[in-house]
Amino acid sequence: MATAITPTDAGAVKDFYVPSDAHWFWGKLNWDIFPFYDPIIFGTFIGTMILGTVVVGALTYYRLWGYLWNEWFTSVDHKKIGIMYMVLAVIMLVRGFADALLMRLHQALASAGYVGILPAYHYDQVFTVHGVIMIFFVAMPFITGFMNYVMPLQIGARDVAFPFLNNLSFWLTVSGAVLIMISLFVGEFAATGWLAYPPLSGLTFSPGVGMDYYLWSLNIAGIGTTLSGINLIVTLVKMRAPGMTWMKMPIFCWTTLCTNVLIVATFPVLSATLALLTADRYLGTNFFTSELGGNPMMYVNLIWIWGHPEVYILTLPIFGIFSEIVPTFCKKRLFGYTSMVYATCVIMILSYIVWLHHFFTMGAGADVNSFFGITTMIISIPTGAKLFNWLFTMYKGRIRYELPMMWVIAFMLTFVIGGMTGVLLAVPPADYVLHNSLFLVAHFHNVIIGAVVFGVFAGINYWWPKAFGFYLDRFWGKVSFWGWVVGFYFAFMPLYVLGLMGVTRRLSQFEDVIYAGYFFTALMGAGLIAIGVVAFVIQMAVSIKNREQLACGDDPWGGRTLEWSTTSPPPYYNFAFNFRVYELDAWDHMKRNGYEKPQGGYTPIHMPHYTSSGVIIAGLMTVMGFALIWHIWWLAVLGFFASLLWAIGHTFNYNRDYYIPADEVRDIEEGRTRITAQAAE
Amino acid sequence: MAPTDTTAEAPYEFHVFEDAHAHDHAEEHAHETGTMLGFWLYLMSDCLLFGILFAVHAVLGQNYAAGPAPADLFEIDKIAMATAFLLLSSITYGFAAINMQQNNARVMSFWLVVTLGLGAGFLFISYLEFSHLWHLGATPMASAFLSSFWFLVGTHGLHVMGGAIWLVILLVQVRMHGLTPENKRRVMCLSLFWHFLDLIWIGVFSFVYLAGVLL
Amino acid sequence: MFRRLFKTVTILALAGLLSGCNLVLLNPNGDVAAQKGDLIIYATVLMLIVIIPVMALTVFFAMKYREDNKQATYDPDWDHSISLEIVIWAVPLAIIICLAGLTWVATHRLDPYQDLIRISEDKPIDESVEPLEVHVVSLDWKWLFIYPEQNIATVNEFAAIVDRPIEFKLTSDTVMNAFYVPDLAGMIYAMAGMETELNAVINVPGSYEGFSANYSGNGFSQMNFEFLGKSEEDFDAWVEKVRDQGRAAELDQPAYNQLQQPSIDHKVTYYGAVADGLWRRIVNLCAGQQDLCLDDMMMVDALGGGGIEGLFNREMFRGICAAEDPSAFIAILRPDLKPLEDELFAAMDLPPVTDLSDQLAPQNNQNGGN
Repeated sequence: MATAITPTDAGAVKDFYVPSDAHWFWGKLNWDIFPFYDPIIFGTFIGTMILGTVVVGALTYYRLWGYLWNEWFTSVDHKKIGIMYMVLAVIMLVRGFADALLMRLHQALASAGYVGILPAYHYDQVFTVHGVIMIFFVAMPFITGFMNYVMPLQIGARDVAFPFLNNLSFWLTVSGAVLIMISLFVGEFAATGWLAYPPLSGLTFSPGVGMDYYLWSLNIAGIGTTLSGINLIVTLVKMRAPGMTWMKMPIFCWTTLCTNVLIVATFPVLSATLALLTADRYLGTNFFTSELGGNPMMYVNLIWIWGHPEVYILTLPIFGIFSEIVPTFCKKRLFGYTSMVYATCVIMILSYIVWLHHFFTMGAGADVNSFFGITTMIISIPTGAKLFNWLFTMYKGRIRYELPMMWVIAFMLTFVIGGMTGVLLAVPPADYVLHNSLFLVAHFHNVIIGAVVFGVFAGINYWWPKAFGFYLDRFWGKVSFWGWVVGFYFAFMPLYVLGLMGVTRRLSQFEDVIYAGYFFTALMGAGLIAIGVVAFVIQMAVSIKNREQLACGDDPWGGRTLEWSTTSPPPYYNFAFNFRVYELDAWDHMKRNGYEKPQGGYTPIHMPHYTSSGVIIAGLMTVMGFALIWHIWWLAVLGFFASLLWAIGHTFNYNRDYYIPADEVRDIEEGRTRITAQAAE
Repeated sequence: MAPTDTTAEAPYEFHVFEDAHAHDHAEEHAHETGTMLGFWLYLMSDCLLFGILFAVHAVLGQNYAAGPAPADLFEIDKIAMATAFLLLSSITYGFAAINMQQNNARVMSFWLVVTLGLGAGFLFISYLEFSHLWHLGATPMASAFLSSFWFLVGTHGLHVMGGAIWLVILLVQVRMHGLTPENKRRVMCLSLFWHFLDLIWIGVFSFVYLAGVLL
Repeated sequence: MFRRLFKTVTILALAGLLSGCNLVLLNPNGDVAAQKGDLIIYATVLMLIVIIPVMALTVFFAMKYREDNKQATYDPDWDHSISLEIVIWAVPLAIIICLAGLTWVATHRLDPYQDLIRISEDKPIDESVEPLEVHVVSLDWKWLFIYPEQNIATVNEFAAIVDRPIEFKLTSDTVMNAFYVPDLAGMIYAMAGMETELNAVINVPGSYEGFSANYSGNGFSQMNFEFLGKSEEDFDAWVEKVRDQGRAAELDQPAYNQLQQPSIDHKVTYYGAVADGLWRRIVNLCAGQQDLCLDDMMMVDALGGGGIEGLFNREMFRGICAAEDPSAFIAILRPDLKPLEDELFAAMDLPPVTDLSDQLAPQNNQNGGN
């Protein structure tokens, strides 16, 4: 300490992986990019390779590739695409959750004075990738999957408005997910935090390919999401059954509408923002740099103009799912349908004017901060109204505690806590001390797990019988439920306390050991959640194995909306006849008025052809993205033009639809009736 | 029309039965309006994209980084000519749309080719303008103002180029299949797109070029 | 049933853990932070007015209206009640109105840019005491504190006088960081090319931890510093110690450039003297002296840019702000605007002559602030 200028004697800076100058053919690719030096990644790599070989081998052995390609990958059927979205989300959930476990384990060890299992540069990638995956490739596919599967059935439609576009949207999302998965083994991922604020995400401070993986995977997936948003809005506006006026539309459809309006109105902002950041990194422009007139704070504003509505993009459909489940299992009409609709719309509009609450501490004036704080609080009013509506739907009901309803109760109790801490964080002076703390981390996990994850599981348990014709196993469902719910409290309540103790987020090392108890409690909670995740996978496996015993009828829960009127699983054309709707809860109304399925009079049904264009275009885009990440320019150009040409070629295909002959419809319908009758016996 | 009387006791007719032909017609019509709505929604999302670029330009437009300002760079007469080309092309597209409604494929194609020519003229002038800037050293890397300028005008230019490529494809498709309902729908979608780009250009011309030079 | 059991266990476990911990946010030693801690409690209590009944009702309804309780009334068509709907919208609305009022007042009162209005609950501000000024720079991955009044600088340690207001000016010479001492006051971002501000006071002598609260890269976890609250005499002794130990080292251009190099877990370092104008150069991103300072650049931009020439010859504008006679620059830069000079300066809120560097710093800050 005697002499002043000897800075770096403690702790040398870890050498970042910075690829050498690009080769004309291989770009930045070379043998050093494979992170074999890291035992965790290497182990995962070996495990993934073995698992992948087994899966590929099994698919080949059982000759399933043709089946998958013809019946699933190229499918334009909204139900199959919906299910594929769910499969993608479950796979990515496992990945994202593994990252969460790693972080919990590392922080627990580090807080107890050990080195922990991850070096900082790896830990930083893990929390970044955890956030990106959980939001973009778990939560988004889950809700898009639900909207795709359920909404057309609820409005009595046979498919979405643009079936091919739907397929393309899905594969573009997959493309983004594939790029992120590649980043695990080839190169690195961004170490910037999930929203990648510049200048940290700029070329100067993040020279590696990690940020490029981030940008291209979100650029590509973002296009898919926007297209899917447009598609679902048009479906809802144009394809509702005759008689289903706006105010007779099921609540889930309302929330789907609002969510997709939000998607169309915010994802272009994300795309534009990321495109500008991409330009900064690839072309050397000055949008978000500190020099030459750029403005990094503009990025923070823009990304949150997308980011806050995104929160409601995720939660609104989940509110819709709860609004379907509660009346069904309470055997009662939904309380306050109209106010529920208005609450949804108000939330949709308000979600645009609150973004600044994510950076009160960036030095905005008191007037600006109070304005955004108060608008944020106002959102809690319609949200609270929704909660009361579910509460009073239970009032004077007959509540049946099947799995979906159990998730609803857990949600209601958990979500109010998250809502309360959210409003607390909206008070700017409180945010000055809580911003970026573990309190904040606890808060958003409280709302995202408490609402989105619980809602997703409620929805899966609720609609699974519709999609596959058999129930999900109850025992493993309960194990999963208790694992998640109890695990959540153990994992995140300590983080609230830690936040109040002044512990900030994203720390990979700790100075003292006083926090260890909390971090170990949180680790235990994460372990319980792991039981929940594993139990969920087992639940699906067991249910598929025992599908004969678990078989159900067409309307196993006593549903109220049109999806329960068709067979389980629905035929590929959904409904043999078009509906005329008279009231809200159309199917309930039909049942009350002695509806019976017509036994004849089938007509040909107009349906779209399957097409492989979606997979191929998205595949070429993935190649393009990978080439851009690694600066393999020739391949990027090739990938871009190939996908463009394929898309153009697709427009020359005028033979896109066909009619299912009436006889075939009759055969299918009569066959279904027979099977259902057998199942009922 | 109802084949059975199972619902006879109920006052409600829960299904819409119609013969295949009428059904077909209704479906086609529904699809057509659906496409227009979908395309309109896409344009709105694109509009938002431009909105962001305009906003970025509003924030960064004065940050010259001690480099050139609009008055030092823009050749307003050339830009005015490009603007005239683009505005005219919107009118000629209008003629094409009128002829399409009259099922006059030949005349429609003629006007579409004229539109294409004007669009190409616009792109050519834009190219001259950009290469002029590039040679001056006023690249998008030189300052935040130039970054936002190149991106806003460049994104619009890429859209026009996309529209022009689409126009060529459409001409081929009309030639191959004639004015089928599907092709008519495409002509109408491209028409929306083309006018939309015109509208954006008016914004670019007023807020970027005129305001840049005059203010 | 099981659920409640689990919850009880959770609460017991938490209570056990809580007994030994220090919730610094609710019980800090600086008045600004204390007011924020109180606000957290008030707001929470206010919200619990709705939250507790909702949770209780959820549990109550969930039990009472279960399927096998045939005594409970069942009314499948009851789906609407105007009076109930008024209540469920009005009660949250009322709470939010109260909370909004609290927010508006508290946000203005605790605005980090405002001068303090009191030293502590029972101690008013003494107008005659000037706040202690501290300039804070976040670097990769350490904190530099410059004391303009004492003309010293320290790294990763700084001290202040108990019950004397502190006025922080913050910037970053790297990515965004957030300056945070939980015991002292809320956090504020430090950003490159911008200047933010924080006013605070410490009421109890002691040593407190401070850190960056915004992730900034590899060495972020070790970006900690020690904040010392000291009595006036102790503070003076500390300043002397810094001067003494840092006698050999002046924080000048080369020393600063060396400090800019990324380092993790940088040890506490003292500088006995600080070069003139260093802070201004750091805020304006020209401590390296290779390029044009931001304030000069903004000045040129405000005058209508440097023209094509400026693309290749940016250096010619160097020092325009600090110049004795900025109007000479206008003569070079924009001869056409020479007659409008006074108007131009007025429009930019600048006096036409003398030292412009001080005037431009708040302008930076405005850019940073809004």
